[in-house]
Amino acid sequence: MNKVKDKWGFRPETSNTLDLDKTDIDWYRRIVEKIPGLQSCIFCGSCVSTCTVNRDGMSFREMHLLLRRGEVQKLEKLVAPCLLCGKCALVCPRNIDTRSVIYNLKILMYAPV
Amino acid sequence: MSAEKDRKVAVVGAGVAGIAAAITLKQSGVEADVFEKEETVGGHLKNWHALFPGRENASVVLRGVEESILSHNLKVQTGTMVTSVTRNEDNYRLTTETGLSTDYKAVVLSTGFSLFNAARKEEYGYGIYPYVITSPELEKLLEDPGKGLLIGGEPPKKVAFVHCVGSRDAKVGNHYCSKVCCITGVKQAISVKELYPDCEVMNFYMDLRMFGLGYEELYQEAQEKFGINFIRGRVSEAAPTFDGAIQVKAEDTLLGRPLKVKVDWLILLVGMEPDKMTAQLADSLGVETGSSGFFEGENKFLKPGCSKVEGVFIAGACTGPSSIPDAVNQGRAAAVSVLEYLSGKE
Amino acid sequence: MHLSDHPLFVWPFMAGVVFLAVYLPLIYGKWLKKTSYNHFKILLVNFFSTETLAAIREVITESLLHLRIFRFNKKLGYMHMSLAFGWFLLIVVGKFETMLFTHDGLNQFYLPIFFKYFYPDGIPQTFKGVFFLTIMDLLLIFILSGLVLAWLKRFRSKMLGMKRTTRHIFPDRIALTFLWFIFPCRWFAESVTAGLAGTGGFFTLYSGKALASFLPLEYLFDPAWWAYSIALGGFFIALPFSRYMHIFTEVGLIFLKHWGLKTGDRENGYADFEINACSRCGICTNVCQLSADAGINHSQAVYFLRDLRYDRPSPEVTENCFLCGRCSQACPVDIGIDYLRLKQRKEEVNGAAAPYPWSLPAVRQNRSTDVLYFAGCMSHLTPGIMQSTKEVLKKAGIRYSVLDEEGGICCGRPAMQAGFADQAKAVIEATTRMIHQSGAHLLLVTCPICYKVFDEEYHLNIPVMHHSVYFNNLLHEKPELFSKSNLRMSYHDPCDLGRGSGIYMQPRETLSRIGRLVPVAHEKDDSLCCGGSLANLAITPARRSLVTDAAYSNLAASSPDYIVTSCPLCKKTFSKGNREIPVIDISEALEMSIIKGTSSGEVLKVKSGKQTVALPEA
Repeated sequence: MNKVKDKWGFRPETSNTLDLDKTDIDWYRRIVEKIPGLQSCIFCGSCVSTCTVNRDGMSFREMHLLLRRGEVQKLEKLVAPCLLCGKCALVCPRNIDTRSVIYNLKILMYAPV
Repeated sequence: MSAEKDRKVAVVGAGVAGIAAAITLKQSGVEADVFEKEETVGGHLKNWHALFPGRENASVVLRGVEESILSHNLKVQTGTMVTSVTRNEDNYRLTTETGLSTDYKAVVLSTGFSLFNAARKEEYGYGIYPYVITSPELEKLLEDPGKGLLIGGEPPKKVAFVHCVGSRDAKVGNHYCSKVCCITGVKQAISVKELYPDCEVMNFYMDLRMFGLGYEELYQEAQEKFGINFIRGRVSEAAPTFDGAIQVKAEDTLLGRPLKVKVDWLILLVGMEPDKMTAQLADSLGVETGSSGFFEGENKFLKPGCSKVEGVFIAGACTGPSSIPDAVNQGRAAAVSVLEYLSGKE
Repeated sequence: MHLSDHPLFVWPFMAGVVFLAVYLPLIYGKWLKKTSYNHFKILLVNFFSTETLAAIREVITESLLHLRIFRFNKKLGYMHMSLAFGWFLLIVVGKFETMLFTHDGLNQFYLPIFFKYFYPDGIPQTFKGVFFLTIMDLLLIFILSGLVLAWLKRFRSKMLGMKRTTRHIFPDRIALTFLWFIFPCRWFAESVTAGLAGTGGFFTLYSGKALASFLPLEYLFDPAWWAYSIALGGFFIALPFSRYMHIFTEVGLIFLKHWGLKTGDRENGYADFEINACSRCGICTNVCQLSADAGINHSQAVYFLRDLRYDRPSPEVTENCFLCGRCSQACPVDIGIDYLRLKQRKEEVNGAAAPYPWSLPAVRQNRSTDVLYFAGCMSHLTPGIMQSTKEVLKKAGIRYSVLDEEGGICCGRPAMQAGFADQAKAVIEATTRMIHQSGAHLLLVTCPICYKVFDEEYHLNIPVMHHSVYFNNLLHEKPELFSKSNLRMSYHDPCDLGRGSGIYMQPRETLSRIGRLVPVAHEKDDSLCCGGSLANLAITPARRSLVTDAAYSNLAASSPDYIVTSCPLCKKTFSKGNREIPVIDISEALEMSIIKGTSSGEVLKVKSGKQTVALPEA
């Protein structure tokens, strides 16, 4: 990289930009097929707020957002602490079964059929 | 026409919408009988201290309403609850709780709204922890801060507003937005800050619905001039602390981290629900209500104020969450529709 | 005797019998081979105990007489009994009949079945002969009457008290067809024979004579007996692949159960017996609320077991269940349905449940605390319960501390119900450490979901009590603290507390003492699930509310002042939407009844499980 910079005075583009034309939302589509209610999420954050293990970095909202944008590599640490207690589903104002989403996502991630 | 004075119209509910309708009718020579179940007129107006967005004095507006009742010599029966309105051939038979029935050619329903019962959101602790209050209760406090919920006489140091309590919430069955609570939250946040300049004021919201003229400006004023802390994240629960304060749990969604803060007061911005009479009258009259329970109109674009039942008109918060100017305008519009209807029947 | 000495028509029957005689021991042996040596030793010990007699008794009362089904519905019970017991008697009595006639106990195997073919008159002259002819005909009528009910059950199930019947698959239909032909064929064959011979039992003789009046009996004689034999043989061959495998498997299951075999984590063959002992009677579909209220008819126990049996489990079926326990309770064969579902869920999840090194909130160690109150995840969302519990404890002068006041960790049961066994185990370990660190002497929980897992899976060094039981004891120890009012209250049994832990009476007793308890139509072990159960991972919120509405209607039917429950999840579930009758927790009901101005100052002895815990002065 540095050599390129030295030789040409610039480096190849690495970008923080999310290109919606190139994102792969296959996992999102599979989850939404099972739980279509997920599409009505307004990202209010109640789920994260009430989460029993939010202090360990669990965030349903962020996980869902990344799932929607196809950033599946970052999902693991956001769902690993979940112990399926169900509090998030009990507070969601859009009545999404968030617990079922995580359950299905974990299976998708670790034990695909 | 000499018969004009005989054509009677009933108005159910003497809130701002009902009174506006009655005044408009009277100005065109049609006498209306206004029925109000409470002992006073003006509906919820008497519960407010300052109106948005300019923080106009609510009691001045209320007095204006009362004066116009007198000056137009309107016939308002307070303390009289209407128990049913049913079709009776060509007329509508209105029955009050005393058993008295009268026939009317047309009826205007302006039964208004009820506030969401905050105890239904048990996780916010209303009625369980002290210092968890609703926005109308705060309004009363702002009027008379001496009688406040001050901890040991001290003013509050931290106060949090919770938006969307009982609105946009599938868990309590109210999917709709109550429209006016956001601006109320901004307005009250400013009022609290004015009252206690050293108090930190936080507003926890999902969205900020600043739909009216002057609202977005007030929001900006709240941010810049008063330093109100707007945090995007819905409060999931409140918990009591050992020292009588309230621990608020939310997520700072913009930052992406869970958040907690101890506050002295937790103020719940409760939404609007249709008044109980709305459901009752809808049943007896066959007027349609939407899935949210509010009255549904015939055609809100071309026939304002008309319900789907001929001769029955609707105005004000009973048709959906409304601000006071909304309700007044609807009252007038409904009255004009009544006049059209009555002249059409001649 | 040579092969040619046996009439040809008996061969279909014999083929079926030989097939079963070979296949059944093979398959049962295959299942039992999974049993470990230790289990086998237990089995052997119990073989020589009274358990064997108990097993024999249960085989008679359940496999033959189907008494449990009678309790569900008398007509249904009669139908099952007539087919099972009737056929059993037909064989046994038939055997005696042949022994009597041939004076030879070891006659041909098929003789009792086709007795009338060989000896159409029986022994009409003697009393014994007439006796047997009559008995056999009576038994035939007995079975045929059951068969009529079986037809009705398939086509007009409501007449037998069943809202729906089990949907059939191909092997079931084949076996069913053969089965339904067996006894009519027998009747026909025996009637034709009686008509031709001019003698026979009272029923077959009469029908035989009737048939003779318009049918050419000589030509029908052989075909009739062939038909009967084919029906029998076909049934026997189809049997092991259909629901009728239960006929033999159920007997095996009963014996294994009494000899101490249980479904466990390690495969021991018991599960195979359970899965094959399901007769698809359909009672589970009738007590299941998903079917009754939510219009979900594909995931009931019978279909789940069928999927397991034919080795095609489907997540949709396994996941769509509240684990409320109504089906396992009603199952006449005593299959451990809930346990099998959990096992299957564990299989499905298969590694998706890695434990995580959770950070645990700090535990304040306080040796003078006696009661450690673990509110649990759900109670945090119903703070009314937490407040009232604390108030009642305070009023009674009990030294308590709340383990998860500031932040908590889950008890682990929801993860367990989803099949995440490893994760649940890790959570259990973490929470156990927290509890042991606290130094308290009793663990108090307000949530039945927590209670069940603490009771069954944790190994704490202190007893655990659910607050409905603890407060009931408190009410007995300190009745002067509480008043009695005229408030009418109906009680909702939470699934995990009632059917799950057997606690029905204590909360009722409490409510009767502080108010007026109003009975409801479905209660105690027949109580309805509120629909909030976390165990269902596949149901939509809309259908869940249908179940909740039905459960609420059951409790609200007598218009009580309050509906009282003892579970925060039930309370939260019923509170969704605008309900007329307020739903409160038993701790809140108790708090309402506290007499103002009283408090306990002396040493309070409160029974907690097996030991009496003496508490210090308040």
